[in-house]
Amino acid sequence: MKPDSSEIRWVDEPPLTPAERSYLPLFIEGLTTTLRHLVSPKITVQFPEERHEFPDPIIYRGVHRLNRDEQGRVKCVACFLCATACPAHCIDIVAAPSPWPDREKYPVVFNIDMLRCIFCGMCEEACPVDAIELTSLYDLSGKSREEMIFDKEKLLSVYDQTKDLEPPRWMRERDVVEDQKTDSASGEN
Amino acid sequence: MVGLIVETCVKIALALGVLMTGAAYLVLVERWIAAWVQDRIGPNRVGIPLTNIRLFGLGQPIADGLKLIFKEEYVPGHVDRVIYNLGPILTFVAAVAVYAVVPLGQVDLGIAGWRPIDLTIVPGFDAALVYLFAANGAAVYGVIAGGWASRNKYSLFGALRAAAQLIAYEIPLSLTLLVVALYAGSLRLDQMVLQQAQTGVWNIVLHPLTFVVFFVAVTAEAARLPFDLPETEQELVGGFHTEYSGMRLMTYLVSEFLHMVTAAVLIVLLFLGGWHFWGLTGSEPVAGIGGALLRIVVFAVKVLLVIWFFMMMRWSWPRFRFDQLMRLAWKVLIPWGMVPLVILVWWYSGGEEALGMGGGRGLAVLAAINWAALIAVWIVTARLSPPSYDNRPRQDLVQLARESEQAIPARVRPTAKVWRPSFDNEE
Repeated sequence: MKPDSSEIRWVDEPPLTPAERSYLPLFIEGLTTTLRHLVSPKITVQFPEERHEFPDPIIYRGVHRLNRDEQGRVKCVACFLCATACPAHCIDIVAAPSPWPDREKYPVVFNIDMLRCIFCGMCEEACPVDAIELTSLYDLSGKSREEMIFDKEKLLSVYDQTKDLEPPRWMRERDVVEDQKTDSASGEN
Repeated sequence: MVGLIVETCVKIALALGVLMTGAAYLVLVERWIAAWVQDRIGPNRVGIPLTNIRLFGLGQPIADGLKLIFKEEYVPGHVDRVIYNLGPILTFVAAVAVYAVVPLGQVDLGIAGWRPIDLTIVPGFDAALVYLFAANGAAVYGVIAGGWASRNKYSLFGALRAAAQLIAYEIPLSLTLLVVALYAGSLRLDQMVLQQAQTGVWNIVLHPLTFVVFFVAVTAEAARLPFDLPETEQELVGGFHTEYSGMRLMTYLVSEFLHMVTAAVLIVLLFLGGWHFWGLTGSEPVAGIGGALLRIVVFAVKVLLVIWFFMMMRWSWPRFRFDQLMRLAWKVLIPWGMVPLVILVWWYSGGEEALGMGGGRGLAVLAAINWAALIAVWIVTARLSPPSYDNRPRQDLVQLARESEQAIPARVRPTAKVWRPSFDNEE
């Protein structure tokens, strides 16, 4: 679009008041703002000693975990939807026929390359059985690239580590349903 | 003679040591203030190496310096080697050379047979002020050399801006210096400080308009925000030091910082009474050891306060556009700078007698005239030219152009070339 295009609507700046034209009020305003912030309380979190506190850890997108079901088995059914949805192609799944009667397949290998992952949470949204979820763990580090490829065991251990603080979605929804049941039951009584 | 050489060498060593350490720690202070203004804490971790003692981050400058020294010093293949290497050196020499004439008074050690020692590296230099501004202005050669030799568009733009800016602001600066020199009747800095100490009236009270012009001009000379056009990151990557790294970059950055310190020193010397403070330091040229130390402390405190203001200024006001910068220099500061000069010349060439003034009362009247001039000039400027203005194409002219284009018959009207992105360099 050229600068003289008729599609451009030109808006005039509001006229300056005499005080503004002298530049002094703006000058003082800028200085008082910086002076106020100079002495105001600081918001820095001194990381290794202090840790950031999440208002809601459930909605944070940090390290992934693979959820377990009630019997402690991996919940994943190896449907590859997460790997398909992943824009960074960081999920690598090898499926095998399931030894359990309630599903056809299960993952033998489930690797996530944390160095490729962009923590967008699309895998979590794609998952039909709420098996993969993003936790609020964010201090992720390693000494080699191999170390940063998280395998199935590691992802399951992340679940064991975080399940108490951040219950998986199916558990949360079940609790909500049960709460409603008890509520309606108490209402009847 | 040998004594003089030894004395000068000691003074140079002291001054360089204080300046380098001071600049390093001022960088830390700058980072602290930047952090505090942005509600952060700032560098507070680096303390004594190999221990967990933090000392509020006082080890940071050493770590920064070591980092820059050990960094790879990459020289791009396309640069002009000689000038490229010369650039930082020129700037640094110019920045340091200024401190040869900064007066801190004289000290009498009380040892029989010793004359009072002048706390200036080059004592009694008659053209100190001229030398000082020559040296200060010479710094731009290093900047231009660096920008030119880098053979990079951004570097060259930065250097050109630096040159234009420094030349523009050199003029109001010189005008204000004329006022100060005329008032002191001397070009010697120690004389100017002594005059302020002996009358007890600092030049800021007596020459407020001069002070305002000087302050703005000297900030622009030091290329501090809001006048840091030569190295605006958003437009010019790094400006003239885009292609520099390692020690050369550090030399540039340190000299830039020293420029700010120089600006603060000049403001204190010329307008804030130098080492003088009422009822604390006395006003004789020579002081004893205690008095001299006290004077150095007073001077340092004043300089630090001005530097603190420079650092606050950095975050308080947005950067000027380049046309606004030039406009401020040529259309505002130069006329402003002439007003106090005219007043002072009138005062000395008959105005003082015409008003029947003499002695202390005369100074009060001169100060009143200057304050009135400041207010009047400010109001007139605000009335005549608002500080912000619309720089878009004038809509009446655009409309006229559009109409005249329509008036040309379509078959002879040149068709506007439609710009399309080209991907020639992609195979």
